[in-house]
Amino acid sequence: MTIDELREHLCAAYPDLCPLFSVEFSDGVLLVDQARLREALEDLKEMGFDRLGMVTAVDFGDEFELVYRLTSRSMRVGVFVKASVPRSTACVRSAVDLWPAADWQEREIFDLFGIAFEAHPDLRRILLTDDWVGHPLRKDYIDGSIIRRPDYL
Amino acid sequence: MAGVDEFARALEDTPGGGVVLTSIDAISNWARGHSLWIMPMGTACCAMELIAASFSRFDFDRHGSIPRPDPRHTDVMVVAGTITKKMAPSVKLLWEQMPEPKWCVAMGNCAVSGGIFHHDTYSVIRGVDEFLPVDVYIAGCPPRPESLQDALLRLREKVRSESISPSRRRTVEGLLPLPGGEKR
Repeated sequence: MTIDELREHLCAAYPDLCPLFSVEFSDGVLLVDQARLREALEDLKEMGFDRLGMVTAVDFGDEFELVYRLTSRSMRVGVFVKASVPRSTACVRSAVDLWPAADWQEREIFDLFGIAFEAHPDLRRILLTDDWVGHPLRKDYIDGSIIRRPDYL
Repeated sequence: MAGVDEFARALEDTPGGGVVLTSIDAISNWARGHSLWIMPMGTACCAMELIAASFSRFDFDRHGSIPRPDPRHTDVMVVAGTITKKMAPSVKLLWEQMPEPKWCVAMGNCAVSGGIFHHDTYSVIRGVDEFLPVDVYIAGCPPRPESLQDALLRLREKVRSESISPSRRRTVEGLLPLPGGEKR
């Protein structure tokens, strides 16, 4: 599959999202619905995106945004897949069965953001201690031991 | 150490025993102070300076300090780097495995006070002296190996002031005056 075919395919599959896909920078951004996230990832895997670079999350207050970075070594192209996840029900399907590299990345997101991943083989904390309370990268995380930086620094 | 304390007390009570006592002190302190083997507790970039210290340019072997990766062989734990809350129990465990007498050097700002991670962080211990008895603090981010050398020589002074008799132990005055004129 060439880049032009990939672009056509993506335009057909995601009609309202495609303007973000730019070949000039050899990567693009796909904003997908949480319900269609799994479908899109499977689709991209089939298209030849054989490498998962990273998975991360962003806290926007009332919702999280999951970010998957996929690259294809045969097409020499990369793509970001972004999906919004509501804060109240922060749970998505794991991508470990598609790319094993997602294992520890998803554990890290679970650890620091508290987003649960369904069907993850080993979903427990990875960076913090097992008895940690809370998820520190959430914006509303409260910890009494944090010393706030004074204004003059 | 109870047996040693009793032995020292008996020497103190014996006429002429002080000569024996001070000779034992002098020999043991000389031996201890000149073979301060290092437990390299390197967790971050300060460890690079700690590693450099034991190689040919700085060559701490000439002070009798060599790094040993086994806590049971060592006298000084040099905590070189940031200690996180998850790492702290491991550091404490290694410290407890070291045989007495043992000393601790907090190398670099992270080990002294948390350094650049002092503010706005949830995972870092703010200074290794929260759970270890630190003898010498070295400031720097990271400190140069010369600073570590200075720390070891100061530690040697501290070792020299020790005695097997509890009544003869002296405290070594630090360099930095605290507010109010006290020295620490």
